[in-house]
Parts: sequence; structure tokens; C-alpha cells
Amino acid sequence: MKTAVHPALRPVLALGVAASLTGCASTTAQNPVDPFEKFNRSMFTFNDKVDQYALKPAATVYKKALPSFVQTGVYNFFGNLGDVWTAANNLLQGRVEDGVSDVMRFAVNSTFGIGGLIDVGSDAGLQKHRQDFGATLGVWGVGSGPYVVLPLLGPSTVRDSVALPLDWKGDLWRYVDPVNVRNTGIGLRVIDMRAGVLDASNLIEDAALDRYEFIRDAYLQRRASKISSNRERGAGSGYRPLPDEEDLDTKTDNGSSLNTAPAAPSVEPEGNKNLQPEKGTAAPAASGKQPASSPAPSENPAK
Amino acid sequence: MFKKLFAAILTVGVLGFAGAGTAAAQEAPDVFIKRISQEVLETAKHDKDIQSGNQQRILEVVQSKILPNVDFQRMTALAAGRYWREATPEQQKRLTEEFRDLLVYTYAGAIAQIRDQQLEFKPMRNDPADTEVEVRSQVVQQRGEPIQLNYRLYKSGNTWKIYDLNVLGAWLVETYKGNFASEISKGGIDGLIKTLAERNKRLAAGGLVKNGKPS
Repeated sequence: MKTAVHPALRPVLALGVAASLTGCASTTAQNPVDPFEKFNRSMFTFNDKVDQYALKPAATVYKKALPSFVQTGVYNFFGNLGDVWTAANNLLQGRVEDGVSDVMRFAVNSTFGIGGLIDVGSDAGLQKHRQDFGATLGVWGVGSGPYVVLPLLGPSTVRDSVALPLDWKGDLWRYVDPVNVRNTGIGLRVIDMRAGVLDASNLIEDAALDRYEFIRDAYLQRRASKISSNRERGAGSGYRPLPDEEDLDTKTDNGSSLNTAPAAPSVEPEGNKNLQPEKGTAAPAASGKQPASSPAPSENPAK
Repeated sequence: MFKKLFAAILTVGVLGFAGAGTAAAQEAPDVFIKRISQEVLETAKHDKDIQSGNQQRILEVVQSKILPNVDFQRMTALAAGRYWREATPEQQKRLTEEFRDLLVYTYAGAIAQIRDQQLEFKPMRNDPADTEVEVRSQVVQQRGEPIQLNYRLYKSGNTWKIYDLNVLGAWLVETYKGNFASEISKGGIDGLIKTLAERNKRLAAGGLVKNGKPS
């Protein structure tokens, strides 16, 4: 399904449409982080339909039919290939320790883990990170720009969309030679990713009043949190609440406070989102690359 | 007269003792979270009713183990933001109740999915004297990366109250803020209450049961 459009064209297409909407959208925009809301919502609906009729059913069958060790193997195999690009990005972000750990992971898992099928690295204490070039740009100080919902790929931002072609270049699977093997692999990976977040997407369906907004607001927080945590770890300092020197055009990547929220209800205007940078693990799954983050409003798969 | 005084002294004495006892037993915030989550995890892993998605049983667990430890009013106030002060006390009460129910149903849905997960806690970064703290943990699962799970708590007497939750880098209250604001701009506070109530009715009627139903 990722092969429907030539990969390199996808962000160009999305940005083209998004850019063409800028003029008119700005008059109706409600949320400063989402001037393309109209376009985004239609993409969201489109992705939802694809998910509802193709991806989610496939993922549900996959999850039910395949033994869990096979699923784990698929996940680990592609995850292992992804670790190479993650290592590169960690190094680009100046986090040498994480980067070296990722290289070790790849080495250990590719050999002792039988080509990445078994994640022996994690058991050996080499924790999995997940990085992409959009995050690297963020760490370098590039603001996220407005929120964008990409066709098939789901939630993203202008910055992360621009970074996507590099992520594709950094994806080792892309260089697998027989095209049909490559495409099968890509399909398998997408289904596996979707299967991994089936439960979560069902929860969001229950919890969200407006799913579009809910996912957008959660996604932007998540990205901002990832980047600020990357910065913190890169700086090697114990506690750096606010990377405010990189305050560019966006409010989404620079939280205002790491302190706990005020006791009294916040009175700030709606757009001025009080996003809290967060330390912790690199966040898993549902990156902007996955249609996975746009679950469908259909029946829940079995559990 | 003497009797009264004696009674007063006795009362003060007992209260003092009680105070001293609980102050000594005051848990560190991470220990507090650890204890509650372990209880819930263990219950969920070993209770066949929960595993098969028995909504009633799951709600019981949530009610007994989670509800007493969460300040829903503060959560609701934060999520409603500036609109909270515009609401009447009656609206605030109803809004809190409906939001609480929605979170309970959602949380119950999450509990029904617990299988082989393990919890890991990260070192605390707070001062022991802090009354507002963040506890950071992650859920480690067999497949996939760990899920970041952080809590915000404040000290309430001799215990802690949870008032916000961070899943995968997004705070619950912050994420609901947008949803709340949109609903309020469409139909006022009452509109939001109505939307929440309808959602809860739907979830009570089967959303959760469906979620948990074994294939």
C-alpha cells in the first residue's frame, strides 16, 4: 500500500496541496498550529476509510492468525533494519552514547539475533530507540511548522514531511533487490505496525470526543516531547526544562514549563498550548510514518 | 466541665497520634504509584473475569483501586481551562462526573488489554519536600517499544492524588483541552456535558464489553 505513489512524490504532493490551501485556510483557521485543518480533516477521513476497509481488517487477521513469535519476528526484523537509521540520527543529534548503543544493537541482533529476528540486544540492556530525520531537524532547532495529515501516512508536520524522503533513503529495506520481495516486505511491515496499535486505536475511539483533534493534539505533544527529551539527553545535563533558545515559528516544539500544571485552571488563550516537554524513553510506535495512528471507527477486533 | 476538658484532651491526643502515625507512613510518590499499579496489574493478570472482558468486574477494580486516588475535579478544571470558572457549581459537578465516567470506561478498556506487561519506574527527580511531583514509568511489553507512562500528583494530606497522566509523551488533560474547547464553543458547557453523557451511555451499553470480548 505504500507503493501506491512513488515514495519521493508523496510529501511533495501533500505539501503542494497543503501550500495551495494556505491562502484560504488562514482566514478560517481556528488553531494556530493547524492552519490546514480543512485539508487535514479530509485527509484524515480518507486515511480512516483506507484503514477501516483495508488496513485494520488485514492487521486484525494478521494478529489473530499468526503465532505471536512470528509477529515478534517480523517486528524485530524490520525494527533491526530501522536501528541503523536511528543510530545515524542519534549521532547527527549529538547523542553519541545512544548512537553507539544503536550500532551495537544492530550488530548484536543481526548476528546473535539471526538477522534481527530475535531482539537479544534489549535483553542485553541495549534499549531500543527510535529516531527519524524530522526529530533530528527538530533537535537542530527547526520548528515543526503546522500540523499536516499526510495521505496514507497519517499525522505529521511540515518539518517532518520535508524530512521524510531522507528517512526513506535511510531505510535499508528500500534497497532490497527483487522488487516483489521488497514490496511484500513493505506491506508486511505496515500491517505489522498497524497490528501493534490495534488496542490503542480502539481506546482512542472510546476516549476521544473529536478524534481528529484528539489525535492531532496528542501527536503534536508527543513529537514536542520526543524532541525536547532528545535535546536534554544530548546536552548531557541533568535537567534542562526549556530549550527556549530555539523558539522559531512554532509553539508546538517548545513547551512552556516542565513544572507541573498550575493548580488553578489555566486561563491562557486556546492557541497558546501549554505543552510540557518530557523526559524519558524515546516514544514507541505510531510515528508520523504510520497510517496506524488513524484508527477506524469500526468494530473492535477481538482480543 | 472537667469531663468536657478531658474529652477535649483525649480527642486532641488521638488526633495527634493519628497524624503522627500517617505522617510516618507517608509514602514517596513513586512508591505510591508503584503500589497502585502493581495491584491493578496483578489483579488484571490473574482475574479470569477481567481477562474475558467482564465489564462489571473491571469497573469494580477501577472503582476500588483507582478512583480514590484521582482528583477528577482538578483534572476536569484543568481540561476545561478558562471555561471552568464560567461554569456554575452545578455544571462543574456534572461535568466532573461525566468526565470521570469517560475516563473510567477508557481506563477499564485499557485494563482489559493487560496481558504480559511489566512496569518499570524511572528515578524521581523531585525534592522530598515537593508537593507537586511527576512519577515517570514505562510499560514494557513483549512486542514493541516500551510505552511511556507518567503521572502528575500532588500531596493531599497524608497521601497523594493523581491529576494528570502522560501516555507516550502526551498529557491527558492537555489532549482533552482541545476537545473540550470545541464542544463548549459549539454548545456551551451544557453541550459538553451532554456529549460526554451520550458517549458514556454508549460505552456503558457495550463499547467496553465489545472491547473485551474474547474472539
